[in-house]
Amino acid sequence: MLNTALLIAFALVSLAFLLNFWRLLKGPDAPDRILSLDTLYVNTIALVVLLGIHRGNAVYFEAALLIAMMGFVGTVALCKYLLRGDIIE
Amino acid sequence: MIDILLSVLILTGAALTFIGSLGLARLRDFYSRLHGPTKATTLGVGCLLIASAVYFSVHDEGVSLHEVLVTLFLFITAPVSAHLLGKAALHLKLESLAPVPAQDDDVSSGPA
Repeated sequence: MLNTALLIAFALVSLAFLLNFWRLLKGPDAPDRILSLDTLYVNTIALVVLLGIHRGNAVYFEAALLIAMMGFVGTVALCKYLLRGDIIE
Repeated sequence: MIDILLSVLILTGAALTFIGSLGLARLRDFYSRLHGPTKATTLGVGCLLIASAVYFSVHDEGVSLHEVLVTLFLFITAPVSAHLLGKAALHLKLESLAPVPAQDDDVSSGPA
């Protein structure tokens, strides 16, 4: 039962990835693209967590934590660039 | 029993993640697109992280607290990045579906 739920969850998160990539390619303005990159890293955390449950291995969370921190820093840097034309003033 | 709880949490989390990305792909202007990922996706990933915390607390010895760390970090940073994205969109003057509110000049330039 848990395996079936995990398979359905993998399929749903992968579909979410495809929708994000579509918005990343299409998205009319720069903030749309930054938003879809932001969603992509959150979805990557979801996928890594699901993989950790599937393999029964708790080591994957270090990767999830790193992705969370680096993704946040990237989003903030891109937004600062749009707002000020510079990242570190 | 634990399996049922875990399956419900995993399916809820995956469905919420999918709904958030569907909102990102389908809604019509940037300010409404900002709603999907910031709320639904964050909640969905929160559900998945709770599921994995329960799973590893049951299957390994002791309480597993890594996931709580990721959850806390995600729930603190998601509003901050959404706020910055909204500010960037306002700065670039992206067009919105909402009507433009009346300017202050119109109000003050009444019969005086």
